[in-house]
Amino acid sequence: MGRFPVGPTSLVRLLAAKATGAPSDLPPAVETVVFRIRGPRVLAALAIGAALAAAGAAYQGLFRNPLVSPDILGVSAGAAFGAVLGIYLSLNVIAIQALAFIVGQAAVAAVYLVSAFLRRHDPLLTLVLAGVLIGTLLGSCVSLVKYLADPYNQLPAITFWLLGSLSGLTVRDLLSTLPAVAAGLVPLYLLRWRMNVMTLPDEEARALGVDTGRMRLIVIAAATLMTAAVVSVSGVIGWIGLLVPHAARLLVGPDFGRLLPTAMLLGGGYLLAVDTIGRTIAAIEVPPGVLTAFVGVPVFVWLLAVSRRGWQ
Amino acid sequence: MRLAVEDLAFGYPGKPVGEGVSFTVEPGEVLCLLGPNGGGKTTLFKTVLRLLTARAGTVRVDGESVAGWPRPRLARTFGYVPQAQLTGFPFTVREVVLMGRTAHIGPFAVPSRGDREAADAALATLGIAHLADREYTQISGGERQLSLIARALAQDPRVLVMDEPTASLDFGNQVRVLTQVETLAGRGIAIIFSTHDPDQAFLCAHRVALLSQGRLVALGAPEEVITPERLGAIYGVSVVIAQVEGPAGGRTRVCVPSLARPVAY
Repeated sequence: MGRFPVGPTSLVRLLAAKATGAPSDLPPAVETVVFRIRGPRVLAALAIGAALAAAGAAYQGLFRNPLVSPDILGVSAGAAFGAVLGIYLSLNVIAIQALAFIVGQAAVAAVYLVSAFLRRHDPLLTLVLAGVLIGTLLGSCVSLVKYLADPYNQLPAITFWLLGSLSGLTVRDLLSTLPAVAAGLVPLYLLRWRMNVMTLPDEEARALGVDTGRMRLIVIAAATLMTAAVVSVSGVIGWIGLLVPHAARLLVGPDFGRLLPTAMLLGGGYLLAVDTIGRTIAAIEVPPGVLTAFVGVPVFVWLLAVSRRGWQ
Repeated sequence: MRLAVEDLAFGYPGKPVGEGVSFTVEPGEVLCLLGPNGGGKTTLFKTVLRLLTARAGTVRVDGESVAGWPRPRLARTFGYVPQAQLTGFPFTVREVVLMGRTAHIGPFAVPSRGDREAADAALATLGIAHLADREYTQISGGERQLSLIARALAQDPRVLVMDEPTASLDFGNQVRVLTQVETLAGRGIAIIFSTHDPDQAFLCAHRVALLSQGRLVALGAPEEVITPERLGAIYGVSVVIAQVEGPAGGRTRVCVPSLARPVAY
């Protein structure tokens, strides 16, 4: 599908040829498209969608709110500011990724410090408020960089990146992202039963034997690592971390051991579908960050309207 | 295990609630905590459970201070039945009760078959096995309260702390909960529960503590502690205490308030 059609039979023949090592009789352009452009892009869509959905499921459990998203801790805003700053400073790709990652983590640390400073009876509410504050501040920083950026060269790159895109992804991007995603995923899966207990009010979870302060730190670090890692290569793709875990919960219930893998499968599939639609629907590519919002906002409104439990 | 609370001062940072509270609860004993709204009952419980830091004083279990205990050890000793509140996610009742097993499960493990059996046994003890697969968010307030007691029971605690376990329950469920309190005490668990109904203390408590304005104003056998004078003093109502014969033959006492103008004690 898309601007350079490769039929299913060609694809199978190509893959068979690659697997057996035999030379294929297809034009070399097909091989380039499949292995260098489409292949990495499909894998990236699966990995990024899965990572965002997993991080979203973790944040939702932690904040006991089925309607929050990975953005609330300022992770996305921080990673976005880091990457935009990197583009503005004309750094190379690896440095931009590293900067996105560092600023994303720094944003969470700042949120944590601000919420510790504002400590009230409800530590979670304070954390969310601090996330909103830091996120707004970082949004202003992004605007400032855009204002200062070279309007012919840098500004289009920044805007394009902020919309979220999978089109420029290389195998190397993918390889630099996957270890960080895996490193975040392992603790989340290992702690899957504790994650269920974390959805209880803080004092109840502690009375049941969970060190909630330490758990919160581990889970936030893991989910933030995953979010920052994928945002640094794909740009900001919103809504997946919010909607996909919710859909997964409707399918398999709230038990985290089932929720996490289900959300990852759905998230990967959803982003792949959105990206495929985005690059085939029109002569130009529609960024997936735009499409996820077009789909996400109406679904979110519907969720708000029908949610039996509402905001907790 | 024997619970001993020694000269405990409790409250929130910058806001003391009470002080000088001392009492003990023996294995198999039921201590009922009575007192007006805002008297500090919940805060005292949370401090005993170390959910709040004690401002002064010590909580001991079998003579050992719990101050340095890690969370899982505390949770294997103390069961807590909080006042029921809704969680945001539609877990089933069985899953909620299974969460009581958390302190017995390694941090990276999931409940074993033995844990599931313990949870089912707790559900059966409370007579709510039929609710196991219902969503916790969809059952009634009384059923939710019974589920929380089942969860505390699945915790297999030595000391059970129940914060107004009969609040929001209908008459039948209140009696069922008090029956459970008696049964659990019979298994050798030390139980503290708070209530607003002095009659419950007469029904199932071995001793009563009266907490008013953060201080224990009386501690002892129900007949000694619950007197018209004391109830008048802390609640500002006039009360007659009558002896009646219960349905099973034994004698018990009941408090009958008067709706006449409050007396000044």
